[in-house]
Amino acid sequence: MAEATKRPNSLTRNLTAKIASLPMIATALVIFIGCTLWTIYHSFTRSRLLPAPDKWVGLDQYERLWNTRRWLVSIENLAIYGICSLILSLVIGFTLAALLDQKIRGENVFRTIFLYPFALSFIVTGLAWQWILNPQFGIQEVVRRWGLESFTFDPLNNADIAIYGILIAGIWQGSGFIMVIMLAGLRGIDEEIWKAARVDGIPTWKTYVFIIIPMMRPVFVTALVLIASGIIKVYDLVVAQTSGGPGIATEVPAKYVIEKMFLSQNLGQGFAASTMMLLSVLVVLIPWAYLEFGGKRRG
Amino acid sequence: MKTIRTLAATTAICAAGAAHAVDLEVTHWWTSGGEAAAVAQFAKAFNEKTEHNWVDGAIAGGGGTARPIMISRILGGDPMDATQLNHGRQAEELIEAGLMLDLTDVAEAEGWKDIVNPSSLLDSCTVDGRIYCAPVNIHSWQWIWLSHKAYEDAGVDVPSNWDEFVASAPALEEAGKIPLAMGQQPWQSSGAFGVMAIAIAGQDAWSAVNIDKNADVAGGPEYAKVFEAAANARAFAAKSNVQDWNQATNLVITGQAGAQIMGDWAQGEFQVAGQVAGEDYTCLPGLGVNEIISTGGDAFYFPKQDDPEVEAAQKELAALLLSPEVQVDFNLAKGSLPIRGDVDLAAANDCMKKGLEILASGAILPDGNQTLSPDTSGQIEDLMVEFWNDPSYSAADAQARYAEIIADAD
Repeated sequence: MAEATKRPNSLTRNLTAKIASLPMIATALVIFIGCTLWTIYHSFTRSRLLPAPDKWVGLDQYERLWNTRRWLVSIENLAIYGICSLILSLVIGFTLAALLDQKIRGENVFRTIFLYPFALSFIVTGLAWQWILNPQFGIQEVVRRWGLESFTFDPLNNADIAIYGILIAGIWQGSGFIMVIMLAGLRGIDEEIWKAARVDGIPTWKTYVFIIIPMMRPVFVTALVLIASGIIKVYDLVVAQTSGGPGIATEVPAKYVIEKMFLSQNLGQGFAASTMMLLSVLVVLIPWAYLEFGGKRRG
Repeated sequence: MKTIRTLAATTAICAAGAAHAVDLEVTHWWTSGGEAAAVAQFAKAFNEKTEHNWVDGAIAGGGGTARPIMISRILGGDPMDATQLNHGRQAEELIEAGLMLDLTDVAEAEGWKDIVNPSSLLDSCTVDGRIYCAPVNIHSWQWIWLSHKAYEDAGVDVPSNWDEFVASAPALEEAGKIPLAMGQQPWQSSGAFGVMAIAIAGQDAWSAVNIDKNADVAGGPEYAKVFEAAANARAFAAKSNVQDWNQATNLVITGQAGAQIMGDWAQGEFQVAGQVAGEDYTCLPGLGVNEIISTGGDAFYFPKQDDPEVEAAQKELAALLLSPEVQVDFNLAKGSLPIRGDVDLAAANDCMKKGLEILASGAILPDGNQTLSPDTSGQIEDLMVEFWNDPSYSAADAQARYAEIIADAD
């Protein structure tokens, strides 16, 4: 009995901290969970421009969604853009960071140059790359003027590869930021580890791959979350660069949601699409969270 | 005298907050050269003739980009004071939800019922007998614009109808011209298809599909011809890789392209470029086949505001937009037809006069925006932009999908 009173109640422990986080807890519950549930509910209704909770139509909106070519193309594009952007951002970001970490001269200059694109919005990035990739005044024209008359490079006008034109712009904008995060991670590695590796005669690349990268796991997780959230919500880049064209070749899910909600004035369809986006995030997130947090508790 | 007036005005503002200058934010998507010149006429008239100020809220990127922004602002509780929309069903639900200002008293005072011609324009603004928008112009889609320079360079005569145009296309291609200029925004693909439907399938078939939503006709032989023609046109437009409609018009103006199917707002671009109808370019209503025009266009809606002074200013603007002088200045700059038949458009050029004649003869149809819901229009646009850009999408497949959309239309 006496022991029980001595043990702090788990509710009142760190009381001030808990009170301080109350606003955020409320925000999470009401805004994130509450609005998500509201959205999911209305995706089963025939809501047009205004929510109509009483016009229940069951799975009609989802049926229409998965019978729409534009939605299927959007999903495919998101997969291509997502996988390529994830891998390339990490590889390029880490490589640049590792190169900058060689104690080179003018590191600040290079870091600034690489990070600079991140200071631009996706709209500016998209427009700049629209011009760079434009066959009449961009790269193609420049190379042709050098004498390579047959040179052709106009990804944005070719429906089969247009999404890669968007990818180039996305990587250009984002990899500098990943580089900075990686660089911070590399700087956090104890100098002694490097000395030990050198004493053992391990080649530099092996040290990176087998020692440094595993030690940088938290940094990689942070980078991964940042990149992934950027992928799911990619919208402005596409709007600025191609408006989804040519045809529907570069449509993405977020654009479908916005346009169905406010252009086609069909909230139900937009909500159904955004619910599918949420579902796809959960499909990735839940196994990862289980491995990340569930595993630790067991260990 | 002036000082006294200023003093008086200042005192009035301080004393009672009586009618003083209001800044009205007006959003629209008129950003091309001709359009900007036209909207400047509104701003000028409003600033000069009333004591209020026009605050321009132009949104670039065309209606497809602008409308989601406008509508989300109105729904989100941050409404502008006035906004452009197309005649028809785009604001239907906003009105039903009570978000738009009722203009009936202005309409009655100004006698809109008697002056607006065709009356269908005012009907589009009317919900349950109340009037909610001020129509400002009539735009018709059914035009093809032909470049004299391109045809001269190719050494063939300028066609006088669609069939001659199709026949002349190979000669244009040989001369290194793009036969048909076409921007890649979805509404352009969808609009061009609509024009071909009226010209090729005929008025009855078009009405059956667009007004009665008859899916059998949409999947039937008349529309099969339209899809075949569209597949042909798609090949003519293959090398046209511009995005915006005015860039496509520019291809025609500079003679790089032979023709463009575009509404009469293209007129403004030719005007800004200093070209003369009949000398530098030719316009054919109804593709030269079927001289009918649709009477869509633009209207201004006034989202409800709490402040009675703003409301008064909104009503002043509404009345001003339809006044004869403003109608003439605006429509001459824009290349559109005025919504009142009693104004003098002597300064109009040949193309506008053709339009006015057709309007007077009564060969008119409602616009797609008036007959189809935004949801259906959106689905058709998705289909058309894919069809126009993907040469492997067959006419038959596209028609089957089109019939499905019409079957679900409301």
